[in-house]
Amino acid sequence: MGLLEGAMEDGFVVTSLEAAVNWARESSLWPMTFGLACCAIEMMATGAPRYDIDRFGAGAFRATPRQADLMIVAGTVNLKMAERVRRLYNQMPDPKFVIAMGACTCGGGPYFKYGYNVAKGVDLVVPVDVYVPGCPPRPEALLEGLMRVQDKIRKMREYHKGQTAEVPLPARTGGVLLPAELATPEKSFAFLTENKERAKPAK
Amino acid sequence: MTVADIIALLEQQFGPAVAAKGTDALDPFVTVDPARLVEVAAFLRDDPRLKFEILNDVSGVDYLETDPKKVAKAGFDPHLEIVYHLSSFSVPGRRFTVKVVLPRWKDGVAGQLPEVPTLSGVWRTADWQEREVYDLIGVKFLGHPDPTRILMNDDWVGHPLRKDYEFPLEYHGIRCR
Repeated sequence: MGLLEGAMEDGFVVTSLEAAVNWARESSLWPMTFGLACCAIEMMATGAPRYDIDRFGAGAFRATPRQADLMIVAGTVNLKMAERVRRLYNQMPDPKFVIAMGACTCGGGPYFKYGYNVAKGVDLVVPVDVYVPGCPPRPEALLEGLMRVQDKIRKMREYHKGQTAEVPLPARTGGVLLPAELATPEKSFAFLTENKERAKPAK
Repeated sequence: MTVADIIALLEQQFGPAVAAKGTDALDPFVTVDPARLVEVAAFLRDDPRLKFEILNDVSGVDYLETDPKKVAKAGFDPHLEIVYHLSSFSVPGRRFTVKVVLPRWKDGVAGQLPEVPTLSGVWRTADWQEREVYDLIGVKFLGHPDPTRILMNDDWVGHPLRKDYEFPLEYHGIRCR
């Protein structure tokens, strides 16, 4: 609730309509049920309770493109499927977003050289907003990609897509702030050694 | 009945139509003349001594060395092979392999697919397997009930698993390489 933080006073909320719409939009992204290959397994794991994509409001996988605004292309796109992918993309209502999940959709992956029937990246077929590399990416990586999409939506100045005011800067990098006693590699190593010593069985 | 017995039986029945044998290969095989392939297949399936009721797999192999430096050492002339793997319900564990040797192009004219009679009348399994061989290797199966591509799109040009296959530059507006 970063948006509303500090804005609450005596039961009033003051915000711009734009920000409110963007907030609503980013918090209820509906992805399309759309798994093409092995990445779909990781996408399912992301939807399952351990990683729980519902925490970010994107857990309502829709069975039709007309009700979805996020397309997670999870898996190898071969040329026979590419036309269907483009058709499904065209059927989605604007604003729509695409996550290219996995090495195959980012640029052909292992099929880049000898895959006679594989599109060398789904960005040759539909415009891609966020690339999530990996083979397959872990659920955390997909969640990170989802947050990048949310960052993009937060920066939207229009109610439809295509005229985003600026390229969104990553607000979350995935980096972790370490506590002071681990801040440098030397300190971290000393901490590990100390821990090992402590874990040794008493004589 | 050992593999040597099976080969002897086939030779006795069909004479010169059953040619080169690989008895010391890991999977012992015979090479059959394509003109008499259907007869041999029906015999293998129906003869009470053989009883090969299952056709496990039909695959195509393209023998072609594309590197001109290695052609002399390759040890084979350019050709295609169709491999039929058989096994039996009646005698569990009995296996046999039948091969058909074909030229890479019919009459040596590039683009003319070589022809072989279909076995889909003998084993129904052969139907889709032969479509796959047609799709990827490019062999025409005469008398096949549905001689269309099975994996690639219908308007695809060429047969991708041929050794000299050239990737298309573009397919329906999508860059391919």
